Amino acid sequence: MSGVRPGPLARVLRHLVLMTGTVAMLGPFVVMLMTSFKPKAEIFAPTFHLLPHSWGGTENYATALTQVPLLHFLLNGAIVTAAIFLLQVLVNVPAAYALAKRRFRGRDAMFATVLVCLLIPYQAIALPIYILFFSTGILNTYASLVLPFTISVFGIFLMRQFFLGVPDDLIDAARIDGMSEYRIVWGVMAPTAMPALVAFGIFSLVAHWNDYFWPLIAVAREELYTPPLGIAFLKQNGEGTAYGPLMAAATIVITPLVLAFLVAQRRFIEGITFTGLKG
Amino acid sequence: MNGRGSLLLLTAPALVLMALFLIGPLLAVVALSFTDYQLGAPSLSFVGIANYLEMTEDETVRISLANTLIYVGVVVPVSVALGLGAALLIEADPSLRGFYRAAYFLPVMATLIAMAIVWEFMLDARFGAVNMALKAIGLGPFDFLHDRKLVLFTLCGIGVWQSVGFNMVLFMAGLTAVPRELYEAAAVDGAGRGIERFRLVTWPMLGPVTLFTVVITAIRAFQVFDTVQVLTGGGPNKASEVLLHTIYAEAFNFFRNGYAAALVVVFLLFIMALSAVRLFVLDRRESRS
Repeated sequence: MSGVRPGPLARVLRHLVLMTGTVAMLGPFVVMLMTSFKPKAEIFAPTFHLLPHSWGGTENYATALTQVPLLHFLLNGAIVTAAIFLLQVLVNVPAAYALAKRRFRGRDAMFATVLVCLLIPYQAIALPIYILFFSTGILNTYASLVLPFTISVFGIFLMRQFFLGVPDDLIDAARIDGMSEYRIVWGVMAPTAMPALVAFGIFSLVAHWNDYFWPLIAVAREELYTPPLGIAFLKQNGEGTAYGPLMAAATIVITPLVLAFLVAQRRFIEGITFTGLKG
Repeated sequence: MNGRGSLLLLTAPALVLMALFLIGPLLAVVALSFTDYQLGAPSLSFVGIANYLEMTEDETVRISLANTLIYVGVVVPVSVALGLGAALLIEADPSLRGFYRAAYFLPVMATLIAMAIVWEFMLDARFGAVNMALKAIGLGPFDFLHDRKLVLFTLCGIGVWQSVGFNMVLFMAGLTAVPRELYEAAAVDGAGRGIERFRLVTWPMLGPVTLFTVVITAIRAFQVFDTVQVLTGGGPNKASEVLLHTIYAEAFNFFRNGYAAALVVVFLLFIMALSAVRLFVLDRRESRS
């Protein structure tokens, strides 16, 4: 930051404070993992010890995977998040290109609408969408989990800002070569926007993998549950306090994201923060 | 192929979906708030501002609104201050920087529902790790999630835990934008270290980032729902009832959709006011850079 390294005492103090914070931040993850390895008797023992004394992991993970179809829920999560992101790209990248690089009547109005829509929290419009889906019979389908998020005004906004910086010469050259507008979007613009697309992808993936509010409303059929619904279901369905299997299930649900995060830490932090402008 | 036809191809999907899933529902929710609509009922009638009047006398709504404001009022200052502290300390020295950054950020992206259940287990009055630790120093036990006086603050604690890392990275981005020359100038003026340097250089330069962070955290805190729904259901005795949970219950448990829509409008007003500040700050940041 300033180039001046703090003195030895300050350095020790820094670690002391930050390590205390780390215990609070990582504590729940460690407890989760360790508890998922413990047999029932140890989990409900009157004294707490972090490391398991005897092995109960096999039973916990087996229960988590068989009492509810957890792997199926994970698959649902993967299908839904992938479908959402794919459709978001297909819908929003061309629109962002038009807003950034085409001149047309109504462009400013369209962009203003995008800005207004940025202000709408999705929980506020869940009720009318629920009624719409109820009356068209779409509730309780994969489509009901995916469709409301295919439009991402945030994605449009982000990609437009990025496309504004792409030189017009690049597009003019492509037009002289006789490329269609669609070829320009996917062959010229999209590749230049890779960093923005990756960041948006990570944001979208994390947001929809973790989303609980909308799936809770949109689907009531167990075979459509996404991971967050699945784990809440296991909590209600099991004895509620069967913490061994619950901790195993929690571990299974968060592991894909945590692994991806550890592999591509910097990209994740970028993706989630510079998308910080989304509420 | 460069004319109107291609333009329609590019923008039509986004425009149609925007109308169907954003603008339309927004208008619909406002319209619904003036009706007595109930899902599945054969008809609905216009009731004027009756829903809004009912709201003013609804004890649950009053408690829910108060709780939400308390939640926002606790989570925002605490998580912003801790986020700033973490960012400053982590960036002050390269030692273990990457590790700390990852550790503090992990709660931001871990599935909140899963982690809420972990917290429930850790906070259990009899065999939870937190109470065992408190017992070792002669405190407790506390029934964090079932004690009427504690439950809201317990949820605040989980909210803080989850958002510190988010605020931290926002501040880190702000810190890298502070020009190095300013620190050198401050050093020349004898304010080279510690608190003086923070007061004279870092803090004034972080002003816009701080405002931005406060607004974003407030918006996120207003939307608190997951932890309430899965851990307390708003209880005990409404002690942890929050706005989004009340809306959810009215709309999807009691199917009083007109009334729920009116509550949504109130929720929207709060969020939109905060969002407007956010856009204003963003705009100023962009026009300056």
